[in-house]
Amino acid sequence: MDLAFSKEEIAFREEVRAFFRDNVPPETRRKMVEGRHLSKDEMIAWWRILNKKGWGVSHWPKEYGGTGWSSVQQYIFNEELQMHPAPAPLAFGVSMVGPVIYTFGNEKQKQHYLPRIANVDDWWCQGFSEPGSGSDLASLKTKAERKGDKYIINGQKTWTTLAQHADMIFCLCRTDTSAKKQMGISFIVFSMQSKGVTVRPIETIDGGHEVNEVFFDDVEVPVENLIGEENKGWDYAKFLLGNERTGIARVGVSKERLRRIKELASKVESNGKPVIEDQGFREKLAACEIELKALELTQLRVVADEGKHGKGKPNPASSVLKIKGSEIQQTTTELLMEVIGPFAAPYDEHGDDASNETMDWTAQIAPSYFNNRKVSIYGGSNEIQRNIITKAVLGL
Amino acid sequence: MDFDLSEEQRLLKESIDGLLTDSYDFDARKKYQKEKGGWSKAVWSKLAEQGLLGLPFAEADGGFGAGAVETMIVMEALGKALVLEPYLATVVIGGGFLRHGGSAEQKASHIPGIIDGSKTFAFAQLEKNSRYDLADVSTTAKKKGGAYVIDGEKFVVLNGENADTLIVTARTKGSRHDKTGIGVFLVPANAKGVTRKGYPTQDGLHAADITCTGVEVGSDAAIGDPENGLPLIERVVDEARTAMCAEAVGAMDESLKTTVEYLKTRKQFGVPIGSFQTLQHRAADMFVALEQARSMSMFATMAADFEDAKERATAVAAAKVQIGKSGKFIGQQSIQLHGGIGMTQEAKIGHYFKRLTMIENMFGDTDYHLRRVAEGGLV
Repeated sequence: MDLAFSKEEIAFREEVRAFFRDNVPPETRRKMVEGRHLSKDEMIAWWRILNKKGWGVSHWPKEYGGTGWSSVQQYIFNEELQMHPAPAPLAFGVSMVGPVIYTFGNEKQKQHYLPRIANVDDWWCQGFSEPGSGSDLASLKTKAERKGDKYIINGQKTWTTLAQHADMIFCLCRTDTSAKKQMGISFIVFSMQSKGVTVRPIETIDGGHEVNEVFFDDVEVPVENLIGEENKGWDYAKFLLGNERTGIARVGVSKERLRRIKELASKVESNGKPVIEDQGFREKLAACEIELKALELTQLRVVADEGKHGKGKPNPASSVLKIKGSEIQQTTTELLMEVIGPFAAPYDEHGDDASNETMDWTAQIAPSYFNNRKVSIYGGSNEIQRNIITKAVLGL
Repeated sequence: MDFDLSEEQRLLKESIDGLLTDSYDFDARKKYQKEKGGWSKAVWSKLAEQGLLGLPFAEADGGFGAGAVETMIVMEALGKALVLEPYLATVVIGGGFLRHGGSAEQKASHIPGIIDGSKTFAFAQLEKNSRYDLADVSTTAKKKGGAYVIDGEKFVVLNGENADTLIVTARTKGSRHDKTGIGVFLVPANAKGVTRKGYPTQDGLHAADITCTGVEVGSDAAIGDPENGLPLIERVVDEARTAMCAEAVGAMDESLKTTVEYLKTRKQFGVPIGSFQTLQHRAADMFVALEQARSMSMFATMAADFEDAKERATAVAAAKVQIGKSGKFIGQQSIQLHGGIGMTQEAKIGHYFKRLTMIENMFGDTDYHLRRVAEGGLV
């Protein structure tokens, strides 16, 4: 047992860190630090810098443009990216549909889609959840009816993240209504510009626009847009959801937020001294740091295990990552709220109002707190995670 | 970075697990508890035979030169089986003082007795009002010619009733809370002026309150610098805390296993109670608490090699916080999920709860260590 990174890993961390320092646009970093939304162009510009460096789809197999990094290197890359902070590559393309295509897609699909995903020539969104199908995803109703060489798609998706930017959607559709609910689902990809696709924004409690409703009204999709086999879509969806085990803890995000908490808590006063000097506050901060340290170690255990024994048999500890990771992210946003106290109230209607000096650094804190309630809901709610532990680990 | 055990460590784990599976089921434990002193000399001899009592000592001193990871492996196994024998007091703490502070003569005269199982130790540190503050020492050691005369009262000395040798902290200089002027002394338990009042503890171990009245020891009884012993005490106590974290992880692991087994077999309303989602999610939360505790136990163990003493101490404090929280949650919920049966002395589960509770209150509880981390800062 050895906690230390090897010399090579430390050198790799320095390389990654230096690259981020020299190449992440400062304005992008500032917005990330302050918890502001980035524009589509800002995100794409950064991802193309990353892709030019060859790190756009770092965890993919080498033959499809990946780096061949070890699990530990991949971990270091993710953590440094989160801590810088800089936007992570678009998960819907890079972590979700990409691996499904290179694992289950045909040669033509691989050649067409994979380079476009890496360079974000297509912005992808995820068509999974529906109004009646949240945790019970397999109950989804969106229908794809085969007519000649086309699918005719009708139905509705919801919580579609950043669909307003999207060029492409990967969609779970029911292709066989007579089969058991998991058996009649297919994985179909198509253009968001197709006739009959309508995107309607959902405003979230923080006042932001991240998620959308997406309606399909007789959308015609060529049959070659089916990925893998018809009616096997549920297997691909499970593969997709199980694929990204270690990134989900977002340890680097929480580390960066703790840094921010300390920075602001040294600036804001309470009882005539900086909040950071308040014993009660320090203890809460310490408790959060300890939880995060434990999570980091749990994450490293999983990463080291994957590096040594492959990804075949997941370490049971990996199921802890989503639950604890989301709880800690939420705690950090609560601590930020506590730091700024009454200055949590002003609401910045214009998004990035630098003209009001106080508002400039406080106005995103409450929205970020509100917004982060989502992290224990999405990606399989924490209650679903507990169901998974119950069955897969405890055997109950 | 590597969290796997080496081949040798894996063999060690198999060996101690095997020994305890054979000789330490819950009924056997009850029998050992009734033996003189409250633990089994036969088991202690077996531990000695397998070399487990000599693990952390240098090869030059007759040991195996094993590190913190090996101690973690052993302590976790002892925690799983709720072992009563004084490994912590003798090998970890007694041995720790000798390893880190002992002179060549002290090592030569004390370590062989630990390794062969013939001698046990006890650490007489706690005083009436010192609570968790290791620098709060009122017991005095006054120089008298070439000797020291020790006077004072020590409480809840683990294995104090049975130990052959006491390691006593006493002030050679300064006043009660001073960080300097504290010495560490080897005192034969049968020395003139030592009185011991033994009793069982809540978790089935044994401890003693010990009074030293004009106890005379030679100047060769002082371990390390008799006027600046606190750094040594802190180091050894941090090792004890780390060992207790591993013991607690063992106890938590077994508590969860036992509880999950119970959820599968206990039936109500015609079905196993483990089919109820409320109880499933509670068990899932216990698993999360266990894995976080395991991670921090490993962290504290690996921190033994950190060069920066403050970083090392902070890591141990952080681990003790996590173990305290996880231990309380798993201990309490194990009882809750067992229902009435969990309240009985007859069921094993309550005994894990009691041991976990006593670990929490030894060498600093969750709040104490949280404050230490809050003062130092972790990230």
